[in-house]
Amino acid sequence: MTVSQTRVIQRKITNLVFVGFCFAVTAIALTALALILYSLVSQGLGGLNLDIFTKDTPAAGSPGGLLNAIIGSILMSGLGMVIAVTIGILAGTWLAEYAGMSRYGVVIRFLNDVLLSAPSILVGLFVYEILVHPFKSFSGIAGAVALALLAAPVITRTTEDVLKLQPIALRESGFALGTPVWTVIRTILWRGSTSGLLTGALLAFARISGETAPLLFTALNNQFRSFDMTSPMASLPAVIYQDALTPYPDLNKLAWAGALLIAASVLMITIIARILSTEQKRS
Amino acid sequence: MEHTLRAYDEDLDAITAELARMGGLAEAEVADSIRAIARRNVALAQTVISRDAGLDAMEMDIERKAIRLIALRQPVADDLRRTVAAMKVSMNLERIGDLAKNIAKRAIVIAQSEPVTPLTASIERMGELVTSRLKDVLDALSSREVERAVAVWSLDHEVDEHYDTIFRELLTYMMGDPRTITACAHLLFVAKNLERIGDHATNIAEILHYEITGVELTDERPKSDALQRHDS
Amino acid sequence: MNALAPAPADTSVAAIDKSTVKLDVQNLDFFYGRNQALKGVSIPFAANSVTSLIGPSGCGKSTLLRALNRMYALYPGQKATGKIIFDGEDILKPGVDLAMLRAKIGMVFQKPTPFPMSIHDNVAFGVRLYETLGKADMAGRVEESLRRAALWDEVKDKLHTSGLGLSGGQQQRLCVARCIAVKPEILLLDEPTSALDPISSAKLEETVTQLKADYTIVIVTHNLGQAARLSKFTGFMYLGELVEFGETEGMFTHPLTTRASDYITGRFG
Repeated sequence: MTVSQTRVIQRKITNLVFVGFCFAVTAIALTALALILYSLVSQGLGGLNLDIFTKDTPAAGSPGGLLNAIIGSILMSGLGMVIAVTIGILAGTWLAEYAGMSRYGVVIRFLNDVLLSAPSILVGLFVYEILVHPFKSFSGIAGAVALALLAAPVITRTTEDVLKLQPIALRESGFALGTPVWTVIRTILWRGSTSGLLTGALLAFARISGETAPLLFTALNNQFRSFDMTSPMASLPAVIYQDALTPYPDLNKLAWAGALLIAASVLMITIIARILSTEQKRS
Repeated sequence: MEHTLRAYDEDLDAITAELARMGGLAEAEVADSIRAIARRNVALAQTVISRDAGLDAMEMDIERKAIRLIALRQPVADDLRRTVAAMKVSMNLERIGDLAKNIAKRAIVIAQSEPVTPLTASIERMGELVTSRLKDVLDALSSREVERAVAVWSLDHEVDEHYDTIFRELLTYMMGDPRTITACAHLLFVAKNLERIGDHATNIAEILHYEITGVELTDERPKSDALQRHDS
Repeated sequence: MNALAPAPADTSVAAIDKSTVKLDVQNLDFFYGRNQALKGVSIPFAANSVTSLIGPSGCGKSTLLRALNRMYALYPGQKATGKIIFDGEDILKPGVDLAMLRAKIGMVFQKPTPFPMSIHDNVAFGVRLYETLGKADMAGRVEESLRRAALWDEVKDKLHTSGLGLSGGQQQRLCVARCIAVKPEILLLDEPTSALDPISSAKLEETVTQLKADYTIVIVTHNLGQAARLSKFTGFMYLGELVEFGETEGMFTHPLTTRASDYITGRFG
């Protein structure tokens, strides 16, 4: 056996070990995910019934649903996402197209990255200080703003990355026709990166949909159905947090059902968005 | 400078080497055919005749190599001129070979008849002139000296003048002694052939000039302006 | 190896008939920050003919091309000095309307860059920036442009499908159509076939040949055969300088400078 053949065998072994390691790590992650999903589904499915969607949160011992929390979550997440998408896409576009490596751009990019990993409870506290304390009232708006503050950095970051993926030649061929910068961005760059921008928004939505901490400081909670965003508002995560901590089994059950609901809605929105973006690409 | 692709140089050099061999052979054919006439050497004449096939084969080989090079290497500028020039020079050399072969054939006939020594000596002098012109132009070809080629080209009239002299000489002989007519007629053709070999040498000079300078030699005889542009 | 030494200055810029010059570059210097990429380049581009720019990578030929429509103005730190006279006016002067300039000087890039929209909208895109055409007029303009770019027959049944669905060669001809739809006077082509297969390249070359009757075309190419096939004039650039400029036929049969000769015969180290 020659030297080179031992080398080949060595290389094969190294390769095998590495691939095996990758498989093992993936298996661990998938197992954890499967366990979480299993407990979520097995515990949550039992609590799911029509009442969940038609009745408000009950006091312990009486029957009820999650309607007020669902409404609150939809309103706050919806408003939060509208704010975050607007800010995030514009800021990301500015970073990618205008800021370049200018000092201002570098600072903003750095601060955005810091915000990206900021603990959500700090964001909640911050919004409490500026929107709850001065107005002497918890509110749905404050909750939406807190969620927006969490989602915007994610969208900013992905928007910048996605726009930078567009070839320089594409921009230049826009400019070569005499197109103004803003028109190039709107009609060429954004349109060309729709699916990437959508992915960014989805990531952001996934991040905020389960947030509890900032909502506790801002929207607080509400036992009753409310569409008034200037007053305290219920939300699924807050209800889950509250009910899961009680000693009452029926409330615990409700919490599990709520958790399942959040997971299912994130999954559904992801699937819908994927379908939309692939269809748009095909046309 | 060499080509980045070395095989390209090898291909070009192979053609040039083949052309040099062909030139050497053509030159020997002409010189030997004249010697066969002057020495009345039938055996030498037959050698000249038999060697002509070699020139034909070389011409075909150069043509094949040149076509292959054009197809595979797509030569441009001086490479293209060099390749095309090699093809054209080889055609001229092949014609020179044919003419030498024709002289050798006549040498055999002339050797059978009475010697006309003074005439043969004139032919030999013309032969030497033509051979030296051919040698000059072939040397210019191998050393790539355009001045030398132009010198051959500009002296072409000397060969023509020589031919006219021999023509008059031959007429005088034939009128003076009808028994020499056969030999003289053959010698007339030999002189004509030599004159044409001279023309081919001039052609080669023109081809070489174009190959090296990229400019054609014009018919006006003070032809130096094209050269001066490149010399300065 | 030549017995004849080249001219000592070793540059040769032939003059062409002044009345035919559409775009005249005079003594152009170009800087990327402190890095000088073009040194005193003067080159005329004749109307209604193709001029090729050739030279090794980094010689400045693309830089020169990008100066001609001031594409470099997008990037701070890039600067050009000298003159580029277009129809009697220096386009390097401050205050030149870049949008109008680029409407007159179109550009096609190395890689095909169809916009993420339908074939029809791609071609209409530039037109909409400058003109307001009715639906029928626009359709006519789109068809005319696609025909001129030799793409019409291949796409006429799918004008409203995405331009991204075309093959590379078709995409590139779409970019040519998009460019000429604006009715420019000059076309700048930056290595337009380097990403294309031979058949697509041949089709694009045929398109260029058809267009040269009406446009002043400048093409940067690494494909010497392409320069020889397409252009009437050729400029050879080296290290930011224009070394030789003249008729293409002369350049490819007897270049006057050693550098140009070495480059086109493949003797470049």
